[in-house]
Amino acid sequence: MRIGVFVCSCGTNIAGTVDTKRVASEALSFADVVYATNYMYTCSEPGQQEIQKAITEHGLQGVVVAACSPRMHEPTFRRAVEKAGLNRYMFEMANIREHVSWIGTDKEANTRKALDLVRMAVAKLRFNAPLFSSKAPVNKRLLVIGGGVAGIQAALDCAEGGMDVVMVERKQYIGGKMAKLDKTFPTIDCSSCILGPKMVDVSQNEKITLYAASQIESINGYIGNFTVDIRKKATYVNWDACTGCGACVEKCPSKKAEDYFNEGLGQARAINIPFPQAIPKKAAIDAQFCRQLNGKKCGVCAKICPVKAIDFEMKDTIVTEKVGAIIVATGYDLFDYSVYGEYGGGRYPDVISGIQYERILSASGPFGGHIRRPSDGREPKDIVFISCVGSRDASVGRPYCSGICCMYIAKQAILTKDHMPESNSYVFYMDIRSPGKNYDEFVRRAQEEYGVQYIRGRVGKIYQRGDRMVVQGADTLLGVQVEVEADLVVLATGVESSSGAGELAEKLRISYDQYGFYMESHPKLRPVETNTAGVYLAGACQGPKDIPSSVAQGSAAASKVQSLFAHDTIETNPQVALVNERNCIACGKCIQVCPFGAIQWKELRGGIKKAEVLQTVCQGCGVCNATCPPKAIQLQHATDNQILAEVNELCA
Amino acid sequence: MTDEGPRSIAPADGTAADTQGIKIVGFLCNWCSYGGADTAGVCRFKQPTDLRVVRIPCTGRMDPLFIAKSLIYGVDGVLVSGCHPRDCHYAVGNFYARRRMEAFKAFLPFMGIDTRRFKYTWVSASEGQQWQKVVTEFSEQIHELGPNPGVRRQTGENSKVSTGLR
Amino acid sequence: MKRVAYYKGCSLEGLATEYDRSTRLVCEAFGIELVEIHDWNCCGSSPAHSYDPLLSSALAGRNLAIAADQGCDVVMTPCPGCLKSLKGAQETCEDPSKRKAFVDLVGRDVDGMKTISLLQLLYEEVGPEAIKKAVKRPLSGHVLIPYYGCLLTRPADRAKFDDPENPISLDRLIEATGATAPDFPFKTECCGATYGVTRNEFVGRLSGRILDMASQLGGEAIVVACPLCQQNLDMRQDQINKFAKRDFHLPVPYISQVIGLSLGISPKKLGLDKLCVSPDVLLEDRAGDEKRVQEQAG
Repeated sequence: MRIGVFVCSCGTNIAGTVDTKRVASEALSFADVVYATNYMYTCSEPGQQEIQKAITEHGLQGVVVAACSPRMHEPTFRRAVEKAGLNRYMFEMANIREHVSWIGTDKEANTRKALDLVRMAVAKLRFNAPLFSSKAPVNKRLLVIGGGVAGIQAALDCAEGGMDVVMVERKQYIGGKMAKLDKTFPTIDCSSCILGPKMVDVSQNEKITLYAASQIESINGYIGNFTVDIRKKATYVNWDACTGCGACVEKCPSKKAEDYFNEGLGQARAINIPFPQAIPKKAAIDAQFCRQLNGKKCGVCAKICPVKAIDFEMKDTIVTEKVGAIIVATGYDLFDYSVYGEYGGGRYPDVISGIQYERILSASGPFGGHIRRPSDGREPKDIVFISCVGSRDASVGRPYCSGICCMYIAKQAILTKDHMPESNSYVFYMDIRSPGKNYDEFVRRAQEEYGVQYIRGRVGKIYQRGDRMVVQGADTLLGVQVEVEADLVVLATGVESSSGAGELAEKLRISYDQYGFYMESHPKLRPVETNTAGVYLAGACQGPKDIPSSVAQGSAAASKVQSLFAHDTIETNPQVALVNERNCIACGKCIQVCPFGAIQWKELRGGIKKAEVLQTVCQGCGVCNATCPPKAIQLQHATDNQILAEVNELCA
Repeated sequence: MTDEGPRSIAPADGTAADTQGIKIVGFLCNWCSYGGADTAGVCRFKQPTDLRVVRIPCTGRMDPLFIAKSLIYGVDGVLVSGCHPRDCHYAVGNFYARRRMEAFKAFLPFMGIDTRRFKYTWVSASEGQQWQKVVTEFSEQIHELGPNPGVRRQTGENSKVSTGLR
Repeated sequence: MKRVAYYKGCSLEGLATEYDRSTRLVCEAFGIELVEIHDWNCCGSSPAHSYDPLLSSALAGRNLAIAADQGCDVVMTPCPGCLKSLKGAQETCEDPSKRKAFVDLVGRDVDGMKTISLLQLLYEEVGPEAIKKAVKRPLSGHVLIPYYGCLLTRPADRAKFDDPENPISLDRLIEATGATAPDFPFKTECCGATYGVTRNEFVGRLSGRILDMASQLGGEAIVVACPLCQQNLDMRQDQINKFAKRDFHLPVPYISQVIGLSLGISPKKLGLDKLCVSPDVLLEDRAGDEKRVQEQAG
């Protein structure tokens, strides 16, 4: 093989502590190296042209570039050698910047290390073989998991682009957390007025198939070709027939069902449509509270229903959908405030969470938009807001900032003053975090125009005195202890990952952090992609987010999907495992260990069994390669011989 | 390098000095630890210069044979590093790796190799500082142990890579 | 009969002898044999603790070691201060980095020993149900305020008993005697004991708040399980009254005295006469009143 070595100086980044000239000249003595040179910036356009020129002039069959990390520029140089007619896999990189020049100051030792790394790269390259991608068709249908604002945005964007979209939502309505909000910061526009039309669009768009009250059962396949099983949970109402008239809800005698939509502030009927604007506007029975389903004589809803939609025998069903890409937009949950025993959340009815207060403020809420205390229905006069309940507190396992609470407290305090001009609002805060367009101005308005009293300090205890609550805390700016009497206390509960996020991640084969938030491919440059090709993220499932950011991510993920779907086929990664059938002893160990189910049995003539790799499913981890007893299965571009060639060069 | 190649011991800080002679090979998974080593570089976290990194897709790719061959044929220490358990890019590759390497470690004494010459660890792509710590500590440990006495120098026979494996 | 090692500590030796006496009587009534730790010494909670934590652990550890030698595996102490120290000794012995030094000083390990408070013993070993059954002179009609103080359930990872912020064990024990125990918001507030000598205006303010809230809730007495809380609330009640310009008259009996009363043990034997604020109000028999009221109504 004729190999060319190109040693990059990277300005002084490498040349400062590595003698790049010497590396280039000594590289000429390595086996098969016919050309070696040193260049100032190899990744620049003239640098790349230098490589291409050398390939043609010296008839190079393989190229080694000693420069930065391959995680940085391997794709760049692969494209460059490909343009000059080489196969892109006839290229290797030696990382002499991140792994050499930047971590040591001894030029002599660094130069020797750089030489070793170049020698190892050359040794590996001698075992490289050209690899070719195959093409797989792309199924241009999208699955959106989660029907909150991020998922809705993504689904509408893609449907607009003409793609078929399947949306799965585990609740019986779409809209997510935003549907529960009264107003949104910092513009105080009505949440359901801006979200409602989008929800209607989802239900009316022919391109979108909506599965509400459904969950992901399993996901198989790979980018361009996923097969998804969806569990449609039994709602005991035939939704094809249900018109959402609500007659059943009115007559249902079981009136003490949990009102999930109003966060437990009111009581719902066992058969229910959660809110007037619900999409889909269909009734569903809460089996836990239904008399008929609990063996008592009832069946009132079935008698009253004008379209005979009630079906007490209904069972969960599984439907299978085939899609080419998946957007995960499963949102978040809120911190359980009862963890802070000293605040008495859950014990005192007038200590409530931010989202509960949001329902109280809402005109469609349990009190029709009048601010009332849950305990006695009295209008509160003094209201205390406490920030960072389950945010920035390592002692409850939530060291991160939830990002939205400072803003929603300010909004709620402003709305409180609007509803009740005579009321007093107090905010206990640690710091005010308001980085966003018009956000800080908004908080200032709360303080300056609306007279909300901001007290910097933590609350140590909340207790009842008579029918009022006493909030006892510190004012760290004045350095004194303070006590504020309040009629109502609102805890700004922080954001945590959605329940069941981990199980879904395992079905999707994407990773998540220690708090259950999904991991993006790169925190800065690939914010909506995951490490599993074809699976994208949108909204707060990736980390706490406000509405504008969630919507932006929904659109970003949609644009990623559209660029994927712009192609009829995708090129598969040829760095996959390959079975040498002559050596395969058909032990089946590779089939057992493959994390992706990418290996299957293949029958040759005469009934001889051999392992076979599904090239499009294989992700290239190499577990099978390490497992295979006769080493019949080899991971292309990281074969045993290639890795051992590097090791061997070091041992020489 | 010949059999009697110069082998001097670098000072423990490892940042400067001549470390010629001591050789450590690191097998790093592409997604976490290789990224962690890059991060350490980007942050200019100084490290001893004895380590030579081989990039592998996943620690699940680690054949114990790679470690055995390295230690038998002339390397003084082997460091394997991958993604933290439960954080594998390929979901479970590092679990396979952990079991294999644990089992393999028990065999090292039978080959006459000090188990302290082999270490596996988990470093994520963001843990540059952790990578610096791992490299520094392991390099110091190998320097304390000195050159690998179990080394069988390569002969013409076994210098051919392909003889080791079909 | 259950054998439990009994570590009474310095408070119960002097200031709080009535706590000691009533504890012994109540335990006897429920068939618990208290084995006093032979030649016990200071638990190491105050001066030793700030001078050298290991010394403090070793002091407490010696008591555990003797208890173990006496064949007990459970040590009960009525004093929360002692409880914290004894549990601390246990932790020191289990900490690999300190174990050797501890064992060298104490002479043996204290593995497997369990230290509990009187409250925990009464709540978990005896239980409110058994107490309810044994009551001969129910305290019905009395409103008694449960006050745990700061140490009894905290720090949570050391105490490992009840809820650190909103404990309920004392409430349930009071209810077992027939009395009413209102939800007292200052259950675990500080009484100011650490400033008892140096800055007693703090005690005035902090204990004053507790007394104030107790009387707002209609309490006739504050029931405690800590000699220091008792001292602050009871002995200093006059001082507090002067400081806060109030006129509180709330007796502060120990839980053991309250249970003892309900069992029909004589007030004298329980040492109720030792309290500074007269507990006579507790001796009023209202169970009969209630019955009469009910009969009249019916």
